[in-house]
Amino acid sequence: MASSAPISDALWRRPNLLLFLLVTPPLLWLGIVYLGSLFALLAQSFFSIDEFSGLINYEFTLKTYSELLRASNFDILLRTIAMASAVTIAAAIVAFPIAYYAARYATGRWKAVFYLGVMLPLWSSYLVKVYSWKLILAKEGILNWLFETLHLAWLLEAYLAIPVLGGNSLSVSWTGTFLVFLYVWLPFMILPVQASLERVPPSMLEASGDLGARPGQTLRHVILPLALPGIIAGSIFTFSLTMGDYIIPQIVGTSARMIGQAVYQFQGTAGNLPLAAAFAVVPIVVMGIYLTLAKRAGAFNAL
Amino acid sequence: MHSKASLGLRIAAIGGLLFLHLPILLIFVYAFTTEDKSYQWPPPGLTLKWFEVTWNRPDVWEALGLSLRVACVSTVIAMVLGTLCAAAVARSKFFGRETISLLVILPIALPGIITGISLRSAFNIADIPFSTWTIILGHATFCIVVVYNNAVARFRRTSSSLIEASMDLGATYWQTLRFVIMPNIATALLAGGMLAFALSFDEVIVTTFTAGQQQTLPIWMLEELVRPRQRPVTNVVAMVVVLVTFLPILAAYYLTRGTETVAGQGK
Amino acid sequence: MTAAISFAGVSRHFGDVRAVDGVNLKIGEGEFFALLGPSGSGKTTCLRLIAGFEQPTEGSVSIFGDDATQMPPYRRPVNTVFQDYALFPHLNVRDNVAYGLMVRGDAKAARRAAADEALALVALGGYGDRKPSALSGGQRQRVALARALVMQPKVLLLDEPLGALDLKLREQMQTELKSLQRQLGIAFVFVTHDQGEALSMADRVAVFNEGRIQQVGSPQDVYDRPETPFVADFVGASNVLPAELVARLTGTSAPASLRPEAISVGDGPLTGAVESQSFLGAATRIEVNCNGLVVKMLLPKANPVPRVGETVSLTWPSEALHVMEHANG
Repeated sequence: MASSAPISDALWRRPNLLLFLLVTPPLLWLGIVYLGSLFALLAQSFFSIDEFSGLINYEFTLKTYSELLRASNFDILLRTIAMASAVTIAAAIVAFPIAYYAARYATGRWKAVFYLGVMLPLWSSYLVKVYSWKLILAKEGILNWLFETLHLAWLLEAYLAIPVLGGNSLSVSWTGTFLVFLYVWLPFMILPVQASLERVPPSMLEASGDLGARPGQTLRHVILPLALPGIIAGSIFTFSLTMGDYIIPQIVGTSARMIGQAVYQFQGTAGNLPLAAAFAVVPIVVMGIYLTLAKRAGAFNAL
Repeated sequence: MHSKASLGLRIAAIGGLLFLHLPILLIFVYAFTTEDKSYQWPPPGLTLKWFEVTWNRPDVWEALGLSLRVACVSTVIAMVLGTLCAAAVARSKFFGRETISLLVILPIALPGIITGISLRSAFNIADIPFSTWTIILGHATFCIVVVYNNAVARFRRTSSSLIEASMDLGATYWQTLRFVIMPNIATALLAGGMLAFALSFDEVIVTTFTAGQQQTLPIWMLEELVRPRQRPVTNVVAMVVVLVTFLPILAAYYLTRGTETVAGQGK
Repeated sequence: MTAAISFAGVSRHFGDVRAVDGVNLKIGEGEFFALLGPSGSGKTTCLRLIAGFEQPTEGSVSIFGDDATQMPPYRRPVNTVFQDYALFPHLNVRDNVAYGLMVRGDAKAARRAAADEALALVALGGYGDRKPSALSGGQRQRVALARALVMQPKVLLLDEPLGALDLKLREQMQTELKSLQRQLGIAFVFVTHDQGEALSMADRVAVFNEGRIQQVGSPQDVYDRPETPFVADFVGASNVLPAELVARLTGTSAPASLRPEAISVGDGPLTGAVESQSFLGAATRIEVNCNGLVVKMLLPKANPVPRVGETVSLTWPSEALHVMEHANG
């Protein structure tokens, strides 16, 4: 029998004390460091830059937000949201066959292959992944070489001539940016979709067939609706991550900026922290709305 | 219900998987190329000399050292805080439990740039200068959730009667922690720690906002991407980074395999 | 003789729910005692109050005269066999059994010897090196038993010990537990919802319902002389005759219990039509509708079985009708 154990005794007498001790350190950290910072961000967005001194004026004002509505800044917002939407839709389309196969058909060894096959790129260095695409899309890189060997160089030239989508080479075009985004965020879409597909009992698909539906109909009326929460969950990641990214468009992209780049630029050399903060608040608000809508659609069950 | 997938589906699935892996493998090839002014394909020749060049670059070593230091400290902090939080959430229902689960996930759910600029705003208002500790502050915060996920999943799988049995047989809280709880969650904690390490080692977005003048390895790489000095050196470093982070992830997978936990869903 | 376990006015509330409501109980030193009742009746909570995993909101629990209110589980001379066995998955069988000894600081050699001895006691000698995952349900239960007994507790608590076992194994374990208890001479307190188990193993039974004890007594007492309609119905699924009918038959206005096996077909006070019939092997169960009151009968194999729809008259020996004069629930 235990001889003297004053702390243990006290914890047994008051179970809530134990709970309190467990929860307080992480709560303190997250509360002060993280929530505190978010609050600081919000505060900064309501400050402004004194035009003459370049110093931050710590007084409440809406002037900084009004700057967001200037044409050049507003363009950045629209451009970013358009890209985020395109990436999300494409990711859903590309991820679906992979997720579907992994959920329904992969067994035993193949299940592990698919699991690791998605996990390893997911956890691989983000920067290395982006860098690899810079190599691939470069003018002298492998993609060009592929087109030339297949005698399809003219096709690539024609594509690059399209305004907005094209450019001097793929690595300085919106298409390039789009491809890299798609590549990097794809695992984030695959996982939730796979999770929600795995929740579909096979008997449901059999019942559908039993009631006379062709495979295409089963796909459209049974599988897709059930996979929808997973798709929405994945879209939360792809949308949010695209909106905030500043590295990918900087390395593979044109000189037209996205929100992330604007934030980075304004907090750095341009020395306009309040404006950077205001830009950063936009994705938060957008994601807040998106998340509320997604919660109503039941997407959080698939996380 | 088909027991075998159609050919089209199989091709799409495997093709998708290859799409995910080929770009990284490409970098490995580029690490050996003799061409150092451009990203020419196919590589004109293969050589090992860039490995030696990289070895002799002091800035690479410095950046590597900082990355390792930050990753180690952040991982330890995250392991402590993540486990404490997981223990509380998994064991009891209490007021605010849902909120805490959300709060833990937030640093990773919101884009890195938000976390980065928030921390920067806070440092500005509180007048805190940049240092290794400001980097660690950011890293530990988003690493908590990785450890938390693994720990919570394992706690939920550990029957609460084990703790009662231990106390019934005469063990105090400390003894129960040491002899029963720790052995049962050890592998999950380790897996979470490895993933947290990999995450911290690789992180660049939040770090850019919290590092000031210092360079972690990813920041070094970013610099090189924007203003390349010796491209193949970057390739070599990239290859090393992939290999270094590959190992903890594989280890984390094997540590939690055969348990129903999914090691670290979502970055 | 000091009671091994004594409950004095014990209540345990969880918010508005009264899991245990004003329980008074004394369990003797060498008794095999059963806490019987449906789920949610408070029996498991009472067991946990003895073990120390719950603390009373009101009243006090005493163990051999010592007030246990401030005693954590690791200080009580009481050990538990859990419903899910709670074997430590990371330890082998021997280390599981020796766990309590290890925790209190016994030397390694002594621990090993004591563990092996306990395993032999539960007929698992030689299983020391296996892992719990490699054992069957029945074997795991024996390990849990050995682990508790090696601590030489003054009282052994068992939480639904036989629930997870199949019928044959259950009957075998019932006999083994009973002889083990006789051999060790300590109090065994076990929780069950199976009245057959309680009746066959226990020296005394406490019947629980909704947090209160309805009746405490020997198995014969509880079966033949139930004090409330609940007990009559829960233990042995007796017929409960309403007060008005009983008043007509005996003069006392109170419900009465009448065991199905005591009734036979013959000239008697009740008449009705046979509603249903189920063949149970050794007997046949018949339900007879007597003016709205459905009376259950158990006819042994030898007797002729009336057909469904047939009108029969029912009779019984007068001692078989037990009037529940103090029924209040």
